[in-house]
Amino acid sequence: MLRLEKRPTPSRFWLYATPPVAVILTMIAGGILFAAMGKNPFEVIRTIFWDPVFGEFAFYLRGQLLVKAGPLILIAIGLALGFRAGIWNIGAEGQYIMGAIIGASVGLAVFPTENRLIFPVMVIAGAFGGWAWAMIPAILKTRFNTNEILVSLMLVYVAQTILAKASTGFLKNPEGMGFPGSRNFSSYPAAQNAELIAGTGLHWGGVAALVTAVLAWILLTRHQAGFQIRLAGQAPRAARFHGVSPARLVVLCMGISGALAGMAGLFEVTGPAGQISIDFNTGYGFTAIIVAFLGRLNPLGIVLAGFLMALTYVGGEMAATNLGLPAAAIQVFQGMLLFFLLAVDVLTNYRFRLAVGAH
Amino acid sequence: MDFGGINPVILIATLMASAVPILLAALGETVVERAGVLNLGVEGMMIIGALGGFVVAVQTGSPVLGFLGGAVAGAALSLIFALLTQVFLANQVATGLALTLFGLGVSSLGGQGYNGIKPPPTGPLLPDALADLPVVGPILFGHDWVVYFSILMTAVLWWVLKATRVGLIIRAVGESHEAAHALGYKVNRIRLACIAFGGAMAGMGGAYVSLARVPQWVDGITAGAGWIALAIVVFASWKPWRVLIGAYLFGGITVLQLNLQVAGSAIPVEYLSMAPYLITILVLVIMSAGRKGKASGAPASLGQNFHASR
Amino acid sequence: MKRRNLLATAAMGLMLASGAFAQGMDKVKACFVYVGPIGDGGWTFQHHDGAMQVKAAYGDKVEIQYQESVPEGADAERVLTQMALGGCNIIFTTSFGYMDATNAVAAKFPNVKFEHATGFKREHPNVSTYNARFYEGRAIQGHIAGKMTKTNKIGYIASFPIPEVIMGINSYYLHAKKVNPDVQLSVVWAFTWFDPAKEADSAKALIDQGVDVIAAHTDSTAPLAEAAKVEGVIGFGQASDMAAYKDGPRVTSIIDNWGPYYVKRVGALLDGTYEQIDAWEGIAGGEVLIGEITDKVPADVKAEAEAMRDAIAAGTYHPFTGPINKQDGSPWLAEGQTAPDGDLLGMNFYVEGITGEIPK
Repeated sequence: MLRLEKRPTPSRFWLYATPPVAVILTMIAGGILFAAMGKNPFEVIRTIFWDPVFGEFAFYLRGQLLVKAGPLILIAIGLALGFRAGIWNIGAEGQYIMGAIIGASVGLAVFPTENRLIFPVMVIAGAFGGWAWAMIPAILKTRFNTNEILVSLMLVYVAQTILAKASTGFLKNPEGMGFPGSRNFSSYPAAQNAELIAGTGLHWGGVAALVTAVLAWILLTRHQAGFQIRLAGQAPRAARFHGVSPARLVVLCMGISGALAGMAGLFEVTGPAGQISIDFNTGYGFTAIIVAFLGRLNPLGIVLAGFLMALTYVGGEMAATNLGLPAAAIQVFQGMLLFFLLAVDVLTNYRFRLAVGAH
Repeated sequence: MDFGGINPVILIATLMASAVPILLAALGETVVERAGVLNLGVEGMMIIGALGGFVVAVQTGSPVLGFLGGAVAGAALSLIFALLTQVFLANQVATGLALTLFGLGVSSLGGQGYNGIKPPPTGPLLPDALADLPVVGPILFGHDWVVYFSILMTAVLWWVLKATRVGLIIRAVGESHEAAHALGYKVNRIRLACIAFGGAMAGMGGAYVSLARVPQWVDGITAGAGWIALAIVVFASWKPWRVLIGAYLFGGITVLQLNLQVAGSAIPVEYLSMAPYLITILVLVIMSAGRKGKASGAPASLGQNFHASR
Repeated sequence: MKRRNLLATAAMGLMLASGAFAQGMDKVKACFVYVGPIGDGGWTFQHHDGAMQVKAAYGDKVEIQYQESVPEGADAERVLTQMALGGCNIIFTTSFGYMDATNAVAAKFPNVKFEHATGFKREHPNVSTYNARFYEGRAIQGHIAGKMTKTNKIGYIASFPIPEVIMGINSYYLHAKKVNPDVQLSVVWAFTWFDPAKEADSAKALIDQGVDVIAAHTDSTAPLAEAAKVEGVIGFGQASDMAAYKDGPRVTSIIDNWGPYYVKRVGALLDGTYEQIDAWEGIAGGEVLIGEITDKVPADVKAEAEAMRDAIAAGTYHPFTGPINKQDGSPWLAEGQTAPDGDLLGMNFYVEGITGEIPK
């Protein structure tokens, strides 16, 4: 019988080898699924994984990968810091929404003033919105020991209600003939998060994501706070012994992840989404949790994981449109990919041994 | 005895039925979490159960078999989670989220061709004469069998977790898997069984949506009920009777909110829509604040995987 | 060549490949962007049905492509661009939330035709908009509701406070009131287009408080299923016919029938007569169908309802004909005046007699 045995040290080989193995396994399992649905599996797999990067329209789709990956990476990095310290913020979606609303409100309040400072101030306001929304579970946690998973999740629903109110009420476009949704930022240059280089999909959100990844990597490997975060996650008692204040850590990690999620929301709403609308949020806050784990809670891993997720979205859409696959099939395929990635990760820390005799 | 046009008897009877899906799912998740496993895939298991239950009920013509089918479908999906987290030691939070994504996709694929069909009805269990009694009639006797089943399960789980050996083992595994292992219990197998039970309960909850609450099959029919079930478990600090209260409170506020609107209440709708969530947070704060320093009853090993190194 | 020019060049290439439009086309690739899954049984299902009617009408001369469950916002823009790049000649975007994305992509692909449902922005010559006058169907439902209610309480499950929905509520109420001065309307705002459990709860809340006629502006059949549980409560099919409830509470329905419009537009592209338009057809154009009125409705009421349908179709009756006052008592339409389309499209007030407030 096969048995798992813990490796003395994590395998470097498998650390790098597991993601490709998982992708190959997904292609096989997904191929069977697509074949069962009467599609050519090779064509589908090529459309999802190859075409967005190297296909006919890659010049456009490569940029779109960045558009899609940017917010995922930005949010996931913040979440990963908390997850490493054992702080479970699963309400990034709510923080993302609130960041977008607060940031957009600031910009729309001064419409149509043109000033170079408007957009930077909006970014700060967005970060503040996300931060403030994350502070609710953080403070309830430190003051009353209230479970942050539940509170942050509940606040997602509250944020969605506020969003509905914002787009049908206080942020509604006064020239929108009564339809829901705010003014579109593409018609307000000072507040717009435009493409920095046309055709590349790169906007300030993408820049922020990549810069944040590097900063987070430095924080975790080189900085005292990063050490405290890692210690708190791995050995909470030792951390306390080292003078790490759990309360301060909660406030710090929730604050960072909230602020990053809020910023991501602001970048999205002023750029690709264009406006506050009832459902401009498309679940980035939840998907980012998966991205954080796929990236092994490591900032650079998260960047790769973010792009992989983006690839399955963009490629999946192409497969759905061009090959007539139901959107649900793509969802199943994504689920499989995540399952395989999570499953093969075991090889990094464990190895399979043939167990001899009783144990 | 109306209050501003709202009849409290009917309100209570309604909320008892509308709370069944989240109650069943939350009860299942309570057992799972008591065993130290955090499965965030409740929404995925519910919707698979909703489809499985619907398909079986339509094919066999029997709603009871349908509920069974929903339970089997939910349990089957939960085994993927069990395999990943208990055998491959994958992270539970991420696996649970992936399970929801997968479940939504599979249900949508599998449900093609089942739109617009009416399932066999699940009617009241007891004779109308009883249900027509004033006040107690609608509240106590007017329901279908699943409502009584959900209350019965609450009692059974309370008893099992509190007073039986099985419950003791489950709690031991959840509090300290190392100690449970040292005592000779097969931690991962026990957890696997609990996960499957949780899946079956979530599946039944989903089946109640598609067979009784709504009754029909449409894509995305559970519409986030699984997330609310997860919230209720924590709200209830992992205690079955409190899960019941939590589910009724939640179901109650949603129903009351809609009733107040019909009655022409002047309270703005948006604030009413937020109310269930805000009240849940408030109650949670009050409960955890009264318990200075101690974690709010969470199983100590919650969310941690176990591997026997010896 | 610089990168920034690539997109424009690609568009140019397609323009050359597809030839001049004025002379018509041998084959049209028609593409559809859906906001939900086809299996929603309502809104998206009906649009897809329309797409299938196009296929049935033109056979090999048309190729259909579609994408389900496209989120409104950034994703829509990408899907539209991919479709345009992929050679679609005409793209139908079937939800209000695609408005800005449709116009943005249309700017980059001047030779692809874009058709946006339920919106009002036509910033480029290749963008047309289309919608259906659902309020015409609501007038007929209101008439039946006013005649059929025994409790004099009628209900409306509303989704979001937007003109489209408010228009429907007003039309429904006005026509119920006209035939039954005692009628009272209760509106429940569900703040969702689609959440079957919540829709069922909303219907139950209405029924529990004595409402016996329920109209819904949400997409699932849940309100009808809930109405079926109580004797004497009736409702209406919404978006699709919901014929499964014909022997139950469903007495008639409003069917979104996009097929005639889609067939017309793709046909115009094929024969070279395509022009930018702002289409707002109703019962007359066949976009709004009134589902069969069942025998639950007394013969005289049925006849009146059908007469109203025919009058609307013939253009002799407009559901919003004055005198009509706003909720606060201020006059909106004078005697004999009919509502201008602009007023309807921006409608943000209840008419006189409706209690409660529109959520702001």
